[in-house]
Amino acid sequence: MFSDYSAPPMWQNGPALGKYYDFPNVSTNKISHNSTNGKQRYHTPLTTGTSVIGLVFNGGVILAADTAGYYGSMMRFNDCPRIFQVNKYTILGAGNDYADIQYLNDIIKQKILDDDLHNDGIALKPKSLHSWLTRVLYNRRSQFDPLWINAFVAGMQNGEPFLGTVDKLGTAYEDKILSFGFGTHISVPYLRQEREKNPNMTKEEAIACIKTCMDMLYVRDARSGAKYNIGVISNEGSEVQGPFESVGHWNIATHGTPGQE
Amino acid sequence: MALVTKQILDTPIQHHFSPYSDNGGTTVAVAGPDYAIIASDTRLSAGYSIYTREQSKLFTLSETTVLGSSGCWCDILSLTRIIEARMQMYLHEHNKVMSTTSLAKMISIMMYGKRFFPYYTSTIIAGLDPEGKGCVYSYDPIGHTERANFRAGGSSGALLQALLDNQLGFKNQENVDKTPVSLEKAITVVKDAFTAAAERDIYTGDGVHLCAITKDGIKEFNFELRKD
Repeated sequence: MFSDYSAPPMWQNGPALGKYYDFPNVSTNKISHNSTNGKQRYHTPLTTGTSVIGLVFNGGVILAADTAGYYGSMMRFNDCPRIFQVNKYTILGAGNDYADIQYLNDIIKQKILDDDLHNDGIALKPKSLHSWLTRVLYNRRSQFDPLWINAFVAGMQNGEPFLGTVDKLGTAYEDKILSFGFGTHISVPYLRQEREKNPNMTKEEAIACIKTCMDMLYVRDARSGAKYNIGVISNEGSEVQGPFESVGHWNIATHGTPGQE
Repeated sequence: MALVTKQILDTPIQHHFSPYSDNGGTTVAVAGPDYAIIASDTRLSAGYSIYTREQSKLFTLSETTVLGSSGCWCDILSLTRIIEARMQMYLHEHNKVMSTTSLAKMISIMMYGKRFFPYYTSTIIAGLDPEGKGCVYSYDPIGHTERANFRAGGSSGALLQALLDNQLGFKNQENVDKTPVSLEKAITVVKDAFTAAAERDIYTGDGVHLCAITKDGIKEFNFELRKD
């Protein structure tokens, strides 16, 4: 409470001595209305990562995301990888708030370490990780303190490819093609078309499709970066490849049809 | 000036985070003399984006009960998981599977338990009651429940309930045989209802997942809807 004895603000709407300054019209640093504890909660993403795209091919899954970290519209960080190898069955990809992504990834890394220490050959499987993320993100949204994340889990379970996503509310679903951000508008229509033409695409064909998508996103998405990583998982195991680099050119704006740009 | 500052600091500042989302979807259920059917579309969407075209909103809870729910998908996932867990606890405690009628009451109580932070769902359950008769229960987000013979819920609920009133409740018809419709006829009406909803409602489409519950078990059907 603002008692009558405390010092007046140093300027209009400014902080009192020893108090914090709330930047005007900035939605961070606001006091939660759930004021049983006067705790400050950050309800908006700061450093963000843009699109994540996922694609199931015949016998495996691919995830891709660029490595740019944006602070509003400023490209603030160059090396923010968002595709992580969880274990030999599972790859994790994530978009939106990078601090929350790192926080969640640290917890998952600790889970994997705990798992390994049991040394019983049992490791976290993709469906389990997906289900666990559902609960973590739903619980945080229920406390009005969400982890501002769109997470993607790709992996192999019982010899079958798995691709699932969970958003900051805990909204979870699976599909053969998934995306977050601008990828929803740019990549999904293209990937659906390619999968319809070629439902049993090979790993190489799928990687080529994903690379085309990342090139398209680089020229069309103002919050994208040139460098990106690709996570590939199949029965042979999982690996994160890259960073690859997109070269800006407008041929791919027409999905590679020359003379249409 | 101090007063102004005091006001600024004490006024709760608007949250621009919403814990809810409207993911669309429609569910329809019909109870007959010895059967119950329940169906949902398979489109999961938010705003103008379709998340997936292949997400059934039906949850088979037991040999005799199927739940269908649309609205906020994260709440639906949480609600159904807790229902499944509590059914397991009931099974271990009483050594019998929970009946549709008991389940109907339990769901109502669970939903009212979150009266002040509700599960934002339009939920319907369909199944056979302990006498073997078909039954349908529908819920509002805070647990109000009612047994009915047929019910439509979700984004096309208001559109389809009137259609069902006419086709299954024989409302506004003259000189009509009011004997309850057969299972086959009910399935046809439900299919037509979804086809009609997909024409008008952007949150309903892609496909229908249908469960027919009889004493011989649950039969599942899938059929396509328009995808635009």
